Amino acid sequence: MAAHLSYGRVNLNILREAARKELREFLDKCAGSKAIVWDEYLTGPFGLIAQYSLLKEHEVEKMFTLKHGRLPPADVKNIIFFVRPRLELMDIIADNITSEDRHHSSRDFHILFVPRRSMLCEQRLKEQVLSGCVQECYLENDQTSLYHTAKGLMTLQALYGTIPQIYGKGECARLVANMMLRMKREFAGSQNQILPVFDTLLLLDRNVDLLTPLATQLTYEGLIDEIYGINNGYVKLPPEKFAQKKQGEGSKDLPTEPKKLQLNSAEELYAEIRDKNFNAVGAALSKKAKIISAAFEERHNAKTVGEIKQFVSQLPHMQAARSSLANHTSIAELIKDITTSEAFFDNLTVEQEFMTGVDTDKVNTYIEDCIAQKDPLIKILRLVCMQSVCNNGLKHKVMDYYKREILQTYGYEHILTLNNLEKAGLLKPQTGSRNNYPTIRKTLKLWMEDANEQNPNDISYVYSGYSPLSIRLTQILARPGWRSIEEVLKMLPGPHFEERQQLPSGLHKKRQQGENRTTLVFFLGGVTYAEIAALRFLSQVEDSGMEYVIATTKLVNGTTWIKSLMDRPESQTQ
Amino acid sequence: MIKSKVDEEDYWHSSKFKAFTFDDEDDELSRLKESRQAVNNIRRLVEEDDDEDDVEKVSWSGEPVGSISWSVKETAASSQRADREPAFPKISTVTPSISRSQSGYSLSSLFKGKPKGGNFQTFSDALTDSSVRLYAPELRKPKSEYKDYVSDWSPEETVQRLQQGKAVSLEKFRTLQDKLLLLDLAIAAHDGNVIMAVLIYLKRTLCKEVLFRELESRQTALRHFIHYLSETQNQRLLLELHRALGRAEDAALLQYKEHLSITDENKRRDFLKNCLSLPFSAEDLAHVQDHYTLLERQIIIEVTDRQAERGGKVEIFQKFPRKALILNMPLITTLYYCCFYHYAEPEGTFSSPLNIRQTFKISEKQYFVTALAARAKLKAWLDVDALFASRNWLGFTRKKSPLSFQRVVDILQKNSAPTHVLQDYVALVDDGELRLTLAQKHKCHNIVINTYRDMKDRQLLLGYRGKVVRGSVEERKIDDLLSNPQIRWKN
Repeated sequence: MAAHLSYGRVNLNILREAARKELREFLDKCAGSKAIVWDEYLTGPFGLIAQYSLLKEHEVEKMFTLKHGRLPPADVKNIIFFVRPRLELMDIIADNITSEDRHHSSRDFHILFVPRRSMLCEQRLKEQVLSGCVQECYLENDQTSLYHTAKGLMTLQALYGTIPQIYGKGECARLVANMMLRMKREFAGSQNQILPVFDTLLLLDRNVDLLTPLATQLTYEGLIDEIYGINNGYVKLPPEKFAQKKQGEGSKDLPTEPKKLQLNSAEELYAEIRDKNFNAVGAALSKKAKIISAAFEERHNAKTVGEIKQFVSQLPHMQAARSSLANHTSIAELIKDITTSEAFFDNLTVEQEFMTGVDTDKVNTYIEDCIAQKDPLIKILRLVCMQSVCNNGLKHKVMDYYKREILQTYGYEHILTLNNLEKAGLLKPQTGSRNNYPTIRKTLKLWMEDANEQNPNDISYVYSGYSPLSIRLTQILARPGWRSIEEVLKMLPGPHFEERQQLPSGLHKKRQQGENRTTLVFFLGGVTYAEIAALRFLSQVEDSGMEYVIATTKLVNGTTWIKSLMDRPESQTQ
Repeated sequence: MIKSKVDEEDYWHSSKFKAFTFDDEDDELSRLKESRQAVNNIRRLVEEDDDEDDVEKVSWSGEPVGSISWSVKETAASSQRADREPAFPKISTVTPSISRSQSGYSLSSLFKGKPKGGNFQTFSDALTDSSVRLYAPELRKPKSEYKDYVSDWSPEETVQRLQQGKAVSLEKFRTLQDKLLLLDLAIAAHDGNVIMAVLIYLKRTLCKEVLFRELESRQTALRHFIHYLSETQNQRLLLELHRALGRAEDAALLQYKEHLSITDENKRRDFLKNCLSLPFSAEDLAHVQDHYTLLERQIIIEVTDRQAERGGKVEIFQKFPRKALILNMPLITTLYYCCFYHYAEPEGTFSSPLNIRQTFKISEKQYFVTALAARAKLKAWLDVDALFASRNWLGFTRKKSPLSFQRVVDILQKNSAPTHVLQDYVALVDDGELRLTLAQKHKCHNIVINTYRDMKDRQLLLGYRGKVVRGSVEERKIDDLLSNPQIRWKN
């Protein structure tokens, strides 16, 4: 099931196995038959490391979703709650236990908190790509707790060897590095004897690059996430385009349930197109369509029994490819309806104006119009924050105007949300210092005028012109090194640093001629699919000599990110 | 203001912006069509086993069969069905114990592309032969975890035990100095849970003043403490904390936030009134003031309008019964409501749109858009017309608008304005090309016809003849034009 995790240079199945093993050991600690009560949020991440069959092997007989009231009947010795450490969930558990029948007194209750302690179940593993160079492993951690990140990185080093070089930028990066070094001292005496897989660890604090997640991602996978939201590798789509019209049948019963699809690189076609700029997806799909059609046409050429047999043996594979093509054609059609809309175009135009520094110091007419039309508040906030970030803060007059318009249109209680955005630095009044964004943009080449969407030659293709700042920093670190951009690094928030970890002699790599170096890039506070695509692109550039593995605390896009900063986002129905 | 189309075009071609354009629009679309076609063609070939060819089996709910979330639903459902038989057959639980015995294998040998020792070869063969399972090694644990049997823990050891989630008593830390040392060690460990555990102990055993004072110099712990208090909804202590630390504005916002949990509108209004004395920033205070004023008005309007509606004498409430209460709606929504139900009221009343505009300093544009939408919804075209009226010093009226006429047309059209209304505004769109497009879209025949006439384009006019109703005024107008000898057609 997870075979695609083992192909890469770094075998992620080891991490997955480690997590499975801990889960098995935990289950065996509770002797006898068991029922698991799930915090629904956790079924996704756990699904990445274990199937139900594994649980059954360990005497898990029933599984329920965590709900108020009495537990459903189950004749088992143990009831185990798998939950996130959330106060509101504790209330439900207490409710479950207190309303339990008295005569079941012999029953044992257990609670497993995730993520907590040494359980690494929060590990979300992701697949390798195209050339087999890069994998991501997403550690879905408690984002506020850098401690868990540091601990996760220690586990990673226990499995994959000590990482000799650590670079970082940003406050949180510094803290995590400090914790790692301190934890390492705790291990003093027992040397890690594993040959290091990673040459470098780069810790990047999301605060260093607030701009990138605000921009609309323009890769295929990025757009799927922007428009429909990808959760634990699944996406729910409107069903209309997936309806299978059989011949002679009208469209009498269209499905109404959303279509749920799994997205990962185990699917050959998806691996091929996920990182492409959306404008290049149409061509890729039609090319694929021709290949598949040709393959099916082969049946006419099959004359001998042997040939027919061979054709038939290939059928399952061809049908899988056909169904994959059908799905992605439908998704691409859905996305195209949106990307060709005027609204999408206008929004993107304004984003690009901000990113290139045009008129960032005035009230923007488009934003004003969007407010007047009562467009979703998150869209408005995303644009206003972007303008603020690209202008190193908004002029007082501009900021006051936006705030007034937003509060008048969406409700005064959003004072609280605006306040949160200010605390996060996404929205701020201009201070005396001059706007240094243009310098940063020019030095790091954040805007490329001739971004090639079809055959990219630079990471800027993922946003059709804008090169994600975070990935530029990563690229420059590899070559020519951060020393060349000292000035800009000082302008970006938080310290930058370099640490070295001593390896036992004998574990020093003797690098083969032409062998690539591997860097683990850890995004503290989230990363977008487009940034991941850009890093994978860098790995594939032949002469880069660098391979990247990506880890993060979570996957974000502008919408989910702003939402996480809103006060009571659930009250925002749109 | 809208840029003329030509300008815009220039802008795109000349400037450095590269919008996300589909230059090869048709090409792109046709490509997707190609692949759609291919998909459909092939489907016919393989129609019979559509269910088989999915890579993964998916249940009715769309969850892959066998995944955890699927089984949760499945077992839950089956347990509801009946209790007579166990939901799943009990299987013999011979757990594979190889995991432990094999975990000693060198980890590095498991990586692909690494030089492999001879030993490994057989191991890997064994793996590929049977189930492709990899067994992870034991993770090394810090030495301290093995030391479990001592009971007199030092502060350092206490923090470590807390980190490992082991039972430990904090009661032995009695002096303030000891407690603070413990706190500092917890902070240094950066483990939120440990910090919390220590903070809960300190909260219990220290007086507020001392605790607050010590937290002030420990920002990390302070943040955790604030989070803890807000999670447990200990608003009172949280407010005291903010005040003690001179975080007046935070405290004010926090208190303001409480209004969200008050459902009774009168109580909420009174609460907001009390908030006005809180130490907000000047800017926030102005907003809170507006919030209070708004709710106060909404309550008055609601009472009056409810009576009017029940009384059955006010026509508009009979024709358009109210769908929802106006209480707690945003300001602009309230303005819309008042433009709808109270448009002509004199400026002195609370529900007069003009009064609302004045009181809350609503921008011209916002007011305009809102009034326009509300009056258009009621099909009060005279009111709509009046909104644009402006006289110059010679006394001529001409239509002026703070927003582009394209948007005006858009708003009117969304409120299903008839063609004769729409065409007045389409005619005011500055940009010729855009005007023509809009006129065609909204069937403003006169504008289209006149434009073609001015362009002296006989072909286009002829073509358009097919789009108007046969025997209509428009058709006659086109015929007249086509037979008019005085027009010099260019084609």
